[in-house]
Amino acid sequence: MISETFTDWATLKANRHKRLQRASRLAKGKIVSSADIIKLLETVIEPHDRVCIEGNNQKHADYLSRCLAQVAVERIHDLHIVQSNIALSNHLDIFEKGIARRLDFCYSGEQGARMARLVGEGKIEVGAIHTYLELYGRYFMDLTPRVCFIAADSSDRDGNIYTGPNTEDTPPIVESTAFKNGIVIVQVNKIVDKVPRVDVPADWVDYVVESPKPYYIEPIFTRDPAQISDIQVLMAMMVIKGIYAEYEVNRLNHGIGFDTAAIELLLPTYAAELGLKGKICQYMLVNPCPTLIPAIESGFIKSIHSAGSELGMEKYVAARPDVFFDGPDGSMRSNRTFCQLAGHYADLFIGSTLQIDPEGNTSTATLDRIAGFGGAPNFGSDSRGRRHTSKAWLKAGREGHRGNTKMPRGRKLVVQIVETYREHMQPTFVDRLDAWQLKDDFKMELPPVMVYGEDLTHIVTEEGIANLLLCKNDKEREQAIRGVAGFTPVGLARSHRAVDNLRDRGVIKRAEDLGIDKRQANRGMLAARSIKDLVHWSGGLYEPPKKFRNW
Amino acid sequence: MNLADWRKRDSFYEASARRRILGLLDQNSFQELLGPAERITSPHLEQLGFPVSFDDGVVIGSGLLNGKKVLIAAQESGFMGGAVGEVHGAKITGLLQLALISHVTAVLLVLDTGGVRLHEANAGLVAISEILHAAFRAREAGIPILVLIGGNNGCYGGMGIFARCCDYIIMSEEGRLSVAGPEVIETAGGVEEFDSRDRALVWRTMGGKHRYLLGEADRLVVDDIKAFREVAIELIQKPKPLTLESILQEHQRLGERLVAYGECKDALDIWKKIGIPEFDAIPLMDNDAFHSIVKPYLPREGTEEET
Amino acid sequence: MMELLKFEFPGHRAPLRPMRGSAFAGVVNSGSLEVLIESVDLGGRCQVEVKTSANGFRSTWDAVLEDFFARNRFADIKVSINDFGATPAVVSLRLDQAAAEIMEMGAK
Repeated sequence: MISETFTDWATLKANRHKRLQRASRLAKGKIVSSADIIKLLETVIEPHDRVCIEGNNQKHADYLSRCLAQVAVERIHDLHIVQSNIALSNHLDIFEKGIARRLDFCYSGEQGARMARLVGEGKIEVGAIHTYLELYGRYFMDLTPRVCFIAADSSDRDGNIYTGPNTEDTPPIVESTAFKNGIVIVQVNKIVDKVPRVDVPADWVDYVVESPKPYYIEPIFTRDPAQISDIQVLMAMMVIKGIYAEYEVNRLNHGIGFDTAAIELLLPTYAAELGLKGKICQYMLVNPCPTLIPAIESGFIKSIHSAGSELGMEKYVAARPDVFFDGPDGSMRSNRTFCQLAGHYADLFIGSTLQIDPEGNTSTATLDRIAGFGGAPNFGSDSRGRRHTSKAWLKAGREGHRGNTKMPRGRKLVVQIVETYREHMQPTFVDRLDAWQLKDDFKMELPPVMVYGEDLTHIVTEEGIANLLLCKNDKEREQAIRGVAGFTPVGLARSHRAVDNLRDRGVIKRAEDLGIDKRQANRGMLAARSIKDLVHWSGGLYEPPKKFRNW
Repeated sequence: MNLADWRKRDSFYEASARRRILGLLDQNSFQELLGPAERITSPHLEQLGFPVSFDDGVVIGSGLLNGKKVLIAAQESGFMGGAVGEVHGAKITGLLQLALISHVTAVLLVLDTGGVRLHEANAGLVAISEILHAAFRAREAGIPILVLIGGNNGCYGGMGIFARCCDYIIMSEEGRLSVAGPEVIETAGGVEEFDSRDRALVWRTMGGKHRYLLGEADRLVVDDIKAFREVAIELIQKPKPLTLESILQEHQRLGERLVAYGECKDALDIWKKIGIPEFDAIPLMDNDAFHSIVKPYLPREGTEEET
Repeated sequence: MMELLKFEFPGHRAPLRPMRGSAFAGVVNSGSLEVLIESVDLGGRCQVEVKTSANGFRSTWDAVLEDFFARNRFADIKVSINDFGATPAVVSLRLDQAAAEIMEMGAK
């Protein structure tokens, strides 16, 4: 018998229509004035909505999130926020006020301590902490936003949006919202007659508001070469000779940090001396860090795809369209989703971390702060879905082959580069990660780990390189880790006999074993030693933000 | 300056105090006095539980500059921000007193300092006044004192005042010269008055280029120890007279300057008033372009640049 | 407060070459240290004196210095250090720099 109950398959569509109707007098076409924006939010958002606020790694829809914090809590409350980065204090104000209650996110660096307090007070219910790709993926599964706030450079009067070099996370946010009958609200720096190119078509956009100030953006990928130490130069030399050259690493991702900045600045000097130009680092997945300029100008790098942009680099990037992903309009388009995706299938990830345990699990979690991970776990893990081969991938796979199976596999190189001690004599190598304490304190199901020991292939410290792929069992792996842990308690607890044996087999390599003269390892090796040097290298195209000037 | 030449430079900014001295003087001519092995350290820092430095953060000695005998002091920027404590100051004072009795051609002072070492309080203040006194005695005897500023700390506080009491100041655009530091001004006057984090503003106000345009720095050179050396070689031959007449002339010049630019709110306004074309591009001009553009607008007595 | 640590090590029985004079490396800024190495008649032994702002790390210094003397064939050497919280990596670097300098001087 056919059921007589009526199933409405278009509830979201109908609900969307109702919301737009309610707000019809608050917009001229799609354009909303700043006088009406708070009222608009109160009208088109409903309590318990899932709202995605563009809090990216760098750009933030800060005007819209500030406005959201000013809505009447009687009208809008108990929102479920899905947001990759919690960076600004107004991102947490909405929880303090009860406008929002539940949160799924990736990273909260600066706000980690306040987040911890609000969680403790029961004002925030954390669904889960994700990596970027996971969260964007869930926008298309069980965390589809009902409403999203995005930030863009400009819009035309029809609502065609230009996100430019700072496109970042916008595409998955907008697509998931627009194609499930959600509501897309955009803050733009300027409303113009014609946008330079259309990054988001007007069809997908519901409301546009011109914000009083340009959207907030952080220069987080700029590292001043003046702060690179001799020790970091030494480690960078070891990476270039002991890993990049050894495995012929041509496609890779650099995590942000002074250690990787040192590697970038040694490509035109040390790597060139070793005859590695054209053999390593030709394809990179990384933001347009100013410290890449000398390597690009020296012809080392063929192509760079970026997750976001970097303040001050816009002109330089636009002037190097063979290298960067610049559109027909001339400006770059970044895309965190695609950059992370490409990173999965690159041959190497290298980045830093705060703690490493004797199993090789690493973490940036510190006590009293809920910080999350960002992108590192995506890049910093083996991609077992990969099938195409490369020299590096096959060599790592051969080295890491264990067990009785005859089936060969490739393996991604996952490298953690750290000094054995951090500032204030805090050891990087610890017996037990703080992550375990965090798990208990905040009642998480798993300790927040950045790179798992199983995925880690190499550790580089000032003491040398430990190749974990060549370790035959867990005991050897533990000694290999202790063997580069320097004078930390973990390092001092090494078995000297075991470590000597590992060194003989090349599982541990010291600088001397790599033929590196430590006296050469100093800042004089860097292709650029100051921000001004980078400006010179770029022929004046790089325009450093004021905070990096010393002239 | 093209990239290749720029990279070849021997960066003054990057160099340690000893490296600067060795780069400035003739090869193998430097003899250090009261070096680290003598362990003349600060008794005050010791008492306060601070680390000391064996040379108390200043390197002094004698050497040759293009064959001429000079005395030289260089402050180590990394130690206590180059600040002047009792021992540190006494070394410089002693050096200036030594100049009087040892018939040197000149004294070179590489200053990289925040001023008085506050930890040492009055001892630091007294030290600077003693330096001033010794410097004037040396100048009175016709020994020129050259101040070289181009390091990370700039030259601030009492040492900023001191620098202007010497014969010449040679700066790079990285260098800064003033009395109160940017953070102090912001704390006292508010961020509207002076935003210390606006580094472009800081350099516009206190940096080498502006000091040169205002007539406080005599020469502006590229961040290269060799460039500082070349100018020093020239200037040690030309002591500036220290007479009542020269001081009255300086007062006159300063008075006129105040009348001309006293109402200006920002260095950009001053440069505009001087009449320099492309004045807003000055901070980002490289050294050669800068000099060729500003030359017609800066008549200087006795220190004309060679074309 | 500063901590004063003193160490003695047996000198190498066959030192690389006779030492002369003194050598110096480093600047005492935060996270760093200065090292003064002097040749002194100590009956073949080596002495180290460390003044450090980071208290409670005697055993770490001991391990770093032991390693240093194992790497370098020294005798009749006094090492004096002013430390402002340098990590072992930086300590070893500066020790090696000063060591290289004093060995070069001995060779002249």
